[in-house]
Amino acid sequence: MSAEEYKAGDQNLTERTEPEENTFETTELTISMGPQHPATHGVLRLVLDLDGENVVKCTPYVGYLHRGVEKLGENRTYFAALPLTDRLDYISSMNNNVGYVNAVEKLFGIEAPERAKFIRTIVAEMGRISSHIIWLGTHVLDIGATTPFLHAMAQRERILDLFEMLCGARLTVSYPRVGGVRNDISQEFLDALYEFVLEFPSNMDNYETLVTENRIWKDRTVGIGVISAEEAVNWGLTGGTLRGSGVDYDIRKYAPYDAYDKIEFDVPVGKAGDCYDRYMVRVGELRQANRIIKQCIEKLPAGPVMAEAPKLTLPPKDMILKDMEHLIHQFILITKGPSIAEGEVYVATEVPKGELGFYFVSDGTGKPYRMRVRAPSFVHASVLPRLCKGALIADVIANIGTIDIVLGECDR
Amino acid sequence: MNDILKAIVGPELAGDVVNIIIILLKTAAVIAVGLLHVAFATYFERKVMAHMQVRLGPREVGPLGLFQPFADGIKLFFKEDIIPQNADKPLFYLAPVIFFASALTSLSVLPFFDGFVVGNINIGLLFLFAMSSLGAYGIVLSGWSSNSKYAFLGGLRSASQVISYEISMGLSLVGVMMMAGSFNLSDIVRAQNHYPLGIFAVPQFLGFFVFVVAAFAETNRLPFDLPEAESELVAGYFTEYSGFRFAMFFLGEYTGMLVMSSIAALCFLGGWALPAFVTANLPGFLAKALGLFCFLIKVYAFMFLYYWVRSTLPRYRYDQLMAIGWKLLIPLALGNIVITGLAKMWFKGLL
Repeated sequence: MSAEEYKAGDQNLTERTEPEENTFETTELTISMGPQHPATHGVLRLVLDLDGENVVKCTPYVGYLHRGVEKLGENRTYFAALPLTDRLDYISSMNNNVGYVNAVEKLFGIEAPERAKFIRTIVAEMGRISSHIIWLGTHVLDIGATTPFLHAMAQRERILDLFEMLCGARLTVSYPRVGGVRNDISQEFLDALYEFVLEFPSNMDNYETLVTENRIWKDRTVGIGVISAEEAVNWGLTGGTLRGSGVDYDIRKYAPYDAYDKIEFDVPVGKAGDCYDRYMVRVGELRQANRIIKQCIEKLPAGPVMAEAPKLTLPPKDMILKDMEHLIHQFILITKGPSIAEGEVYVATEVPKGELGFYFVSDGTGKPYRMRVRAPSFVHASVLPRLCKGALIADVIANIGTIDIVLGECDR
Repeated sequence: MNDILKAIVGPELAGDVVNIIIILLKTAAVIAVGLLHVAFATYFERKVMAHMQVRLGPREVGPLGLFQPFADGIKLFFKEDIIPQNADKPLFYLAPVIFFASALTSLSVLPFFDGFVVGNINIGLLFLFAMSSLGAYGIVLSGWSSNSKYAFLGGLRSASQVISYEISMGLSLVGVMMMAGSFNLSDIVRAQNHYPLGIFAVPQFLGFFVFVVAAFAETNRLPFDLPEAESELVAGYFTEYSGFRFAMFFLGEYTGMLVMSSIAALCFLGGWALPAFVTANLPGFLAKALGLFCFLIKVYAFMFLYYWVRSTLPRYRYDQLMAIGWKLLIPLALGNIVITGLAKMWFKGLL
């Protein structure tokens, strides 16, 4: 069944007849879904006006997880604000870190060495797998299938173990640094990662066997939450949510950062712009992420992992304890921050959720005058009322899942 | 014993009193053993699902986690019983009782092995339908009386779901009744001996299919667990229940599943009946024990199907559920009745 046909049928279902005189007076039932609700992925609150099972109006309320990350960033040096970005989208913190350091490096006018760029690409794609696999599990769980969720969590656990092996932290990693990465990766880590990469496609096949061609899954997602390419662009959607509508826009391709210009990968694109196509796009991205990691491991160059810019990057810890120069640099950078030129910069990176942009205004001091985060989840949450127009309650759940939002990032 | 009774109540009533005592004992046995099965059905479900989901399931309480159901029960019993302030209190108290009692009452007409049934009534199947419909009142009333919007929606969903699927389930069993010529479950089991493989599931495959789907919907299990769809309605009709009232809904649901599995085993899968060459040379009690074992295997195989489906399939949407019920199952069941009737007319000697 094509999306158009399904949509036409859907409208018949939701068409309401005007009440005649002398019949029952009906009122709409207003329910508050969230902020504590099993399917709202955190603290999203939706106020739904219901006519029976049909959603007449859907109003999202955000802000329950607001911590003032942007303001906090303005009171910290560029180095000290990095851990704040972990807490934006807390299930893909590695990607946020990579986006942040890329933006700061552009502001500073430095570039990370080649090896560091490859390592960042590897960890960013690992973050993408971990985020997408959680999305896959929870989206499918919302629609009622429990098993893929637990299988997905088992896979994600392996990624977290690898992160732990890499930098000691599992969730809030803060591994990339301005000018490179915190530490070089070990051969042991690479071997374990390569093993994961080789096994991953067959694990993906397992999930897809349960979900992709499942008749009920298709009934629940094909033709649900349809948004056309034009409308999707106008709403400012990015990432898989945009590509599901058939717009071939991926920052990794159009403005490559890190090592993406040296890696071969495809950008999966949907067609109909419904939940099913967005699902297919993200499943495709999972396989592509795996492909990227594999290539990066094979092509990983040798060399240093931190840029040679002593006044703009934090010196290595062992040198601080031995060398006067490094100690002075460390002291100045930590207390006062780096001295940089005035100016502003906006750098966007492709995180699992979409386009994560960091905008800095520098007034020449060690702290940003203004830090602004362009959070894809916030934009995606705003499109929910549009997606839920004429939907049933069950479709609202499918739509929340399909836009893939994390409220930590949305509320900042 | 008889003499004492005759002395106390008089010779006319003695027989009745003995009968009543026997029925009471049977009832107690069925409820006790039935609830034990319900408890372990939850354990069985958790283990089966866990192993399908790369987990281990309960294994801490007792050997292999076997005492987990009792631990859960005790925990629920000691939980605070919260009643919403604006709830309709009498109905709120009554709803879980109706739900649980109707599920338990269904056990009374099920023949567990040859000759063992609490109430051997001639309208056993109709009685089962009546009880499962009555259980829906418990759900609807709980949704209504909780004075909570989520519970209310769950109750509404349940009402429409049960009404739609009750019809297809009733119709799916009409074929069985026609072939057996009786509503009595023991007679239905005996009637199956004359058919290939000794089961009605072969000649009544259409009816069996409709029954299985309707049974899932009747017991509110995935893929039709809309009244309690946790990702949509939090917990559906029992959102506001806690403590032992919640446990009653829980037990009622699993009792309902066991009853449905038993109906499937009795009406379609041959129940306790064993081929004559097996039972012919066995002493009576051993034949009956073997029959009971055979019946239980069928029941638990059907329960396994419940769990298997639950861990495999996503949930249907409300309108899709209705469409399946009215557009697919009811026509199929009606067609099955017509085919069975025609077959019965044409092959009179055979059937």
